[in-house]
Amino acid sequence: MTTMPPAAPISLRDVVLDFRDLTKTYPTPTGEYVVLEKLQLQIKKQEFVSIIGHSGCGKTTLLTMIAGLNDISGGEILLNEFPITGPGPDRGVIFQSPSLLPWMTALENVQLGVEQVFPHATRRQRQDISRYYLDKVGLGSLLHRRASQLSQGMQQRVGIARAFALKPKILLLDEPFGMLDSLTRAELQDVLLEVWDKEKITAIQITHDVDEAIFLADRVIMMTSGPRAQIGDILPIDFARPRRRKDILNHPDYYGYREHLIGFLEH
Amino acid sequence: MGHPTTTTVAAAPRAALASLSRRLPRRVNMRRNLPALGRKLAISLTSMAIFLLLWQLSAGYLYGVEATARIERTTQEQGADAGAAMAACIASGDVSCKPNTLPFPREVVRAAGLLLADHRAIRTKQAEFAAETAELNAARAARGLAAITYTGRPSFVDQIGTSLKTVVVGFLISLLIAVPLGIVIGLNENLRIAFNWMIQVFKPVSPVVWLLLVFMIVKTLTLGSDTDTSFLISSISVGLCAMWATLVNTSVGVSSVNQDYLNVARVLQLGIGKKIFRVILPSAIPLIFTGMRITVSVAWMVLIAIELLAQSPGLGSFVWEEFQNGGSDSNAKIIVAMFVIGLVGFLLDRLMFMVQGRVSFEKAIG
Repeated sequence: MTTMPPAAPISLRDVVLDFRDLTKTYPTPTGEYVVLEKLQLQIKKQEFVSIIGHSGCGKTTLLTMIAGLNDISGGEILLNEFPITGPGPDRGVIFQSPSLLPWMTALENVQLGVEQVFPHATRRQRQDISRYYLDKVGLGSLLHRRASQLSQGMQQRVGIARAFALKPKILLLDEPFGMLDSLTRAELQDVLLEVWDKEKITAIQITHDVDEAIFLADRVIMMTSGPRAQIGDILPIDFARPRRRKDILNHPDYYGYREHLIGFLEH
Repeated sequence: MGHPTTTTVAAAPRAALASLSRRLPRRVNMRRNLPALGRKLAISLTSMAIFLLLWQLSAGYLYGVEATARIERTTQEQGADAGAAMAACIASGDVSCKPNTLPFPREVVRAAGLLLADHRAIRTKQAEFAAETAELNAARAARGLAAITYTGRPSFVDQIGTSLKTVVVGFLISLLIAVPLGIVIGLNENLRIAFNWMIQVFKPVSPVVWLLLVFMIVKTLTLGSDTDTSFLISSISVGLCAMWATLVNTSVGVSSVNQDYLNVARVLQLGIGKKIFRVILPSAIPLIFTGMRITVSVAWMVLIAIELLAQSPGLGSFVWEEFQNGGSDSNAKIIVAMFVIGLVGFLLDRLMFMVQGRVSFEKAIG
């Protein structure tokens, strides 16, 4: 393993998400199964964080707890200093499966959330918001296509548009490109980064893909294998933004980062 | 690839291409499917021919058995001469001594022609009657009296119409009960438990028993009035018999919505009304319509039995009356009715299939 760069000190003011002794247990017939134990982590404002680890280490559990879709067994997650108790549109989720409502059009799917978040805006304003983000993800010409008639990649584009259109405080991405082929995946990573560079919404992404983690994130958080998963290592990625795939791949530090991550995962 | 503008711009033509390629295969497939269609048609026609042949052969066999038995009986009871006369009579094809058994296909076709001719005759009579009573009825109307109406026997086509009317009313009754109830049951687990025993116990009850139950209730409720309740009784019975599939499917559809969709509703914090009408119900619609399709088929199937018992006009009572008549062409007419019942049922199912395809976001399964 290469030497670890010193972690940059985080000032308390900039912390958006603060995990304090976060614990998750599932009851089983043979006693409690501890997925996460006393996990500590702080995430800064406007930071893009990738969480990487082996299957079953509790990454998705962690994400669903931030989303409020999964109960917290012990400790707490503070969002802007307030503990999370349930789901809400202030945390936009991009699920692994696009989770669009298949009977609605692309526009209607985005609108459903926008109506909820901007109840006082006029119909026109809400439409403009939805159209803006759908256009940003390259679906400007397919607004009225039913979700069930879009390809997986297209559906996930709508998912990205929907999440950003809610103007959330935090963006949660649960292996959003895991179900896509590698070409579509690269395409969507570019789309995601392009929108993200404009909005700079604090983002937490779960991934299995080492290259994806490096390309997207400011910090890569490596989790140890469960049970009793912990944070094993944190790797800051010091590439300037906006990032371009070609520049990143040719960057002299790239393979160092890559080796560090693979070394951790194979350990 | 990574340059911001290229991705957005490039996506548009790519999307157009995708929509084009999605439209193309249909036309290409039509041409490629033509031999497949021809094959299907050929197989269907062949199997129809085999069906008719088997029918013809078995009708011939049964005819022979019946004829032999008749000649033997006559010979035993009235002597050899009478037996020979009976044999000659049967051979001549006379109506008076025709063996009464499964009719030949050609007899059924002839009976269908007769029924149509009869229908035309009745229509002519109705028209004549209307012309004759037009003046009288006008005068009666002027005096505030009810018009004299034609009260003759309904034709076969009229009977089909009556049956269709009954089944449509019965279907609507079952929808009015089953869909709202199914939604409520599907949304609330306690209600689901409360209704479960009722569904399990009443679902398998025979149409005949439903008819008797409805008869008991309607008879009491209409005491004192002399309206004809047979239509009401049969359509309510049809509705009650047929509603179960829709009820069960609606509640299952509502209670088993994809967890992903529910998560979306939770993340967006949709209100209960929005959650039901924009997430749960649309996602349950394919199952609801599958249930409705089964309901229509069941409704049509039990209708015939119910009409037969309730003595309400329609195809069921037509079949029963023909069977009671025992006329020389009664059996053939019953078979005609059988084919008509089957065809109408098939058409109703196709109709529901089309509706299902329209409203559903999933592909309906034929």
